[in-house]
Amino acid sequence: MDLDLSPQYVAFRDECRQWLSDNHPGRIASMDTAVGFEEHRAWEKVLFDAGWSVPAWPSVYGGRDCDLIEWLIYEEEYWLSGVPGRVSANGVSLLAPTIFNFGTQEQQDFFLPRMASGEHIWAQGWSEPEAGSDLAGIKTKAILDGDDFILNGQKTWCSRGAFADWIFCIVRTDPEAERHQGLTYLLVPAETPGMERRPIGRLDGEPGFAELFFDDARVSAEHVLGGVGQGWAVAMAAAGSERGLSLRSPGRFMAAAERLRALAADVTELDPRLRDEVVDAWIKAQAYRWNTYQMAADLMEGAEIGPEASEGKVFWSELDLELHATALRLMGPMGEVADAGNDWLDGYVFALSGPIYAGTNEIQRNIVAERVLGLPRR
Amino acid sequence: MKFSFTDEQDMFRDTVRELFADRCPPDAVRQSWDNDDGRVPGLWAALAEMGVLAVLAPEAAGGLGMNEVDLVRILEEAGYAGVPEPLVEHVAVAVPALAEAGHAALEAAIAGDSTITLNLSGEVIVGAAADAVVHRTGDTLQLVTEWQADEATSIDQSRRLGVLTEITAADPLDGADPELAFDRAALGTAAQCIGVARRLLEATVEYVGERHQFGKPVGSYQAVKHHLANVKIALDFAAPLVYRAAWSVAHVDDPVARGRDVSMAKAQASEAVDLAARQALQCHGAIGYTFEYDLQLWLKRAWTLAAAHGDVRFHRDRVAAAIGV
Repeated sequence: MDLDLSPQYVAFRDECRQWLSDNHPGRIASMDTAVGFEEHRAWEKVLFDAGWSVPAWPSVYGGRDCDLIEWLIYEEEYWLSGVPGRVSANGVSLLAPTIFNFGTQEQQDFFLPRMASGEHIWAQGWSEPEAGSDLAGIKTKAILDGDDFILNGQKTWCSRGAFADWIFCIVRTDPEAERHQGLTYLLVPAETPGMERRPIGRLDGEPGFAELFFDDARVSAEHVLGGVGQGWAVAMAAAGSERGLSLRSPGRFMAAAERLRALAADVTELDPRLRDEVVDAWIKAQAYRWNTYQMAADLMEGAEIGPEASEGKVFWSELDLELHATALRLMGPMGEVADAGNDWLDGYVFALSGPIYAGTNEIQRNIVAERVLGLPRR
Repeated sequence: MKFSFTDEQDMFRDTVRELFADRCPPDAVRQSWDNDDGRVPGLWAALAEMGVLAVLAPEAAGGLGMNEVDLVRILEEAGYAGVPEPLVEHVAVAVPALAEAGHAALEAAIAGDSTITLNLSGEVIVGAAADAVVHRTGDTLQLVTEWQADEATSIDQSRRLGVLTEITAADPLDGADPELAFDRAALGTAAQCIGVARRLLEATVEYVGERHQFGKPVGSYQAVKHHLANVKIALDFAAPLVYRAAWSVAHVDDPVARGRDVSMAKAQASEAVDLAARQALQCHGAIGYTFEYDLQLWLKRAWTLAAAHGDVRFHRDRVAAAIGV
């Protein structure tokens, strides 16, 4: 065990910190508005041009071949610096690991650099009105016709779906097969004729997600990822990434915990109960950090992310809520004021979605109980 | 940066785990309650022979010259087995304090010829049948060799308590730092809490897989699953803080940073073991509430260890002071 940063890691951290400080774009509009979406896309390009968009990727696709520890350091610095969030997160965190694992050479060469630069911003098209937690209940049909699939059906709760360029979908290519069979992972251009998208106002009113309607929409079979009928296995590989560290690295929560600590330190005559809540949240952010470094050491020695990722998802989503709810309590009557600048309120509204998206925390707890602890399914 | 244990550390842990499984099963723990000295016959000598008592003693003094990172999961195993000995007190605190003070009692302590317990922050000492007590007075430690104490009975029969009434003979332990001694005690207790929580969870997972109601294992019901998933999550996010604290005690010189790391660990380990005990009892139902059923061994360890050497509130306050809140 060695919990010090080696000189190489310290140098990496300093370089990263310096670049973020020198290139901080200031405050930009919410990524879930038309204007803010493009501002965030421009920020992705700035990151990409300096090699800071996808540092853990191979350099051939715009990364800098970082190891896992460097990536965790990068994430800590990124969030601590207060630069804008990542409009590319769905693609980079959820789809890219799948393309690296299952994509053809042509798919990797085409999609990965465009994802890294912000030219393609991706949305996820998995959930349907009748298939949320019960994801295998997907009904959207894709029937092969020559070199294309013809899509009919509906997707919903597609984050970034209102403005995204591409959508990664799971569709049913064999209606006769068993539930988990007959599914296919398909990459769908947002401008596909026959696909209509309708933004859905989130709790805060911004079009944070969208529903998609397919009416004989034609998508090239070249855009199948990982083979026809293999969609469930391909999707579950991504679900591990979604729940685990690629979506929510500790840096994000450590930065929020540090801001919360500073907020509390500025309060005169801090209520002792609130102080306890601040400290508890701060400690949990550290717990998430060290749990992640322990996992990273295992992964670097060849282990794979297993169902334990579900433990992390429950932990970080509840931690995120705790951090933001505590901050709002510290702000007292000012907590509700929603004028621009109340990042705690925006963060709280976003954190409320955490226990729901990427598999509800009830589903995650079932996975922990059944697949980690080995309790009987039924 | 590498957060993992070595193969040698894994092997040492596994060897001690086997020793406890062999020499300190639940029946042996129960028998110790009826023994005059509250000990498991032969266990202390076996631990000495394996080197466990000498982990934190320097090689020059006949010890293993290891540090808290080597020791932390040994103490976790003591919690897992419910060992009714003042092991944390002796191994994690008294031995390095004697070594740092250059006290002659070290030799007998690492040879297993003596047992030394602690009185760092209160008047109640654990392991009242011990040969000596590392006692804190203000900013100094002393080794109390003769004392008067009234017996006190813990809810946890594995803890023989005494209330110190008079010290009649003591040596100063110059060179031993009382703050470091406290951090070691809190760290060792946190490690035990992790082991106790693990044992409670394992026992409960096994039980709810076998117990049937309404024609199904009770462990197949979502309410039970979620209770136990919560325990697993609390445990897996507390344990890394405990290992991190072990590293800090071994390698971080700044007492504020070290104390902060130890207190984060003890606060989260106390919460995790408390939750584990609550849910273990709830998921067992009435059988878990009996004296005869062995779950009580770990329930009581959970209650007492969660509070020992600083409870959640104490350690949370210490973190608050360290981070300026």
